Amino acid sequence: MSDAGVIHDIGYQRYEGPRLGRTAVFGAIYQHGLRASFGLGRSAKAKIFPWLVAGIVLLVAVINAAVKAQANIILFDYFSFDDTMSWLVIFFVAIVAPELVSRDMRSGVLPLYFSRPLRAFDYIGAKFVALATAVFLLLGVPQLIMFLGGAFTTKNGASGVWNEFLDLLPGWGYSLLWAVLFASISLLIASVTGKRAFAAGGIVAFFLMTAPIVGVLSILPSSTAQHLAGLASPMSLLTGVQSWLRGKNDLGLDVGDFGVIYGIELFCLVVAAMLLLLARYRKVASL
Amino acid sequence: MTIIATQSLTKTYNGGVTALSELTVDVEAGVIGLVGANGAGKSTFIKIMLGLTAPTSGDVRVFGLDPVTETDQVRARVGYMPENDCLPPDVSAAEFVTHLGRLSGLPRTAARERASEALRHVGLYEERYRQIGGYSTGMKQRVKLAQALVHDPDLLLLDEPTNGLDPAGRDAMLNLVHRIGNEFGISVVVCSHLLGEVERICDSLIAIEGGRLLRADRISAMTGASDVLAVEVSEGTDELAEALTQLQLTVSREGRLLLVPLTAESDYDAILRAVAELDLPLHRLDQRRHRVAELFTAKETADV
Repeated sequence: MSDAGVIHDIGYQRYEGPRLGRTAVFGAIYQHGLRASFGLGRSAKAKIFPWLVAGIVLLVAVINAAVKAQANIILFDYFSFDDTMSWLVIFFVAIVAPELVSRDMRSGVLPLYFSRPLRAFDYIGAKFVALATAVFLLLGVPQLIMFLGGAFTTKNGASGVWNEFLDLLPGWGYSLLWAVLFASISLLIASVTGKRAFAAGGIVAFFLMTAPIVGVLSILPSSTAQHLAGLASPMSLLTGVQSWLRGKNDLGLDVGDFGVIYGIELFCLVVAAMLLLLARYRKVASL
Repeated sequence: MTIIATQSLTKTYNGGVTALSELTVDVEAGVIGLVGANGAGKSTFIKIMLGLTAPTSGDVRVFGLDPVTETDQVRARVGYMPENDCLPPDVSAAEFVTHLGRLSGLPRTAARERASEALRHVGLYEERYRQIGGYSTGMKQRVKLAQALVHDPDLLLLDEPTNGLDPAGRDAMLNLVHRIGNEFGISVVVCSHLLGEVERICDSLIAIEGGRLLRADRISAMTGASDVLAVEVSEGTDELAEALTQLQLTVSREGRLLLVPLTAESDYDAILRAVAELDLPLHRLDQRRHRVAELFTAKETADV
């Protein structure tokens, strides 16, 4: 009955549509976190750093692929690429982890989150998966570029591509280990403070401080100490896990027969960090 | 319809501080004022209703649901506006409210539409794509209200919604709350330590002090029929007082105002006629309810 061209004040309308469950809420936080990791939906300032790091990593991958194609010199394989980029990964998580958790704490937005149908686990789980995805993309996409470079210049046809792909898969798996370990530790450190600068400093400091300990331990006379030295730092821990899984001892770290201990520590570190995070957010969630 | 029911609700914090003690109250739908001094237990009551903290003893039901065990169902139907600053400065209001709508379980497009709607209802439609950091305090309070409204709750819990607002902003916020309660069909619990502020817009009042229930009743029951008419004329106040006294009305003076208690329907017309007959320049004719505050003070002194 309404006349065309008349603007009606429709007033308040009740929402009759579907209400989704906790899985969808988890997905919403995850998506929001992953976008925030690369500064999407944020100001231009927030995009500078993540994309600077991503740009450098991509550039290295492109150069690596080009050098391999032109001169047949292999600068890095898929594994040593991750090891070489470790500093950039540290800087990346030092900026992004506080962006994901400290920021929410600082602005006091958490009471708004936790007065809605979600739990501490949903919140921190989604943030963790988002940061781990971001770190994996940071390493995995350049690895993919290296793979494409290798696949297009292979001289062995389809089997050459397939072999290259079989090299890429464990490389991706290794990047995933990096992503999981660095995401859990950096989120734990960032969740302590609402001040982003402090959180970033704390994360860089943690990863920086542990490196010299490995150096000291590895020059001790005891061979057991040398084998276990890599446990002291997350970066060398991952190298140790790699040499355990690949059975190689020429990666700058000799793990001897202790490889399995590296694997156990990696698992325990991630689980412990997640449990501490959960405990921390249980407390925050009850305000 | 009873929306909130508590049965000897008690909350004692670990340090032995009792925030709520033996609170028993039934709350009907409508706009409800929850008044009490700072530290009276208002915020604790809200947290218990949201399932953020469990009561030490006693029982609480929101829409017949237990917030301790059926937390998600309760929270899906309740919108919460906290007292403190809770907005990130570097996102736009539209994006922020949309995100919180999705956290309440709305699908993406529905969340975006509802966010625009909620921001329109609080009067921020034009400014919704600006970053929140550039908003005034009044606008920030409106964003906080919009995020509580985005998932179309059946009950709003507003903790000190007029905090930090100037008088005009207070009035606007209170009018908005009144509209939500009466036009949107959403029940609202308004927490405040300013009784005079909430009594204007509330259907019923719950007053707590030191965690104990002071009084809970409908405003109409509290004030009864004891309405007062305030008359102000720019000259001839004395003559009017005399004329009204002759009409068997009890007249008291308050500054330049004449206060006349209305006991019968016809009193109002009688007063008007008296003014007209004396041909006085009428300045103000104001029907006042007894201020609820007077009732509380009277009761408290009686208790002592």
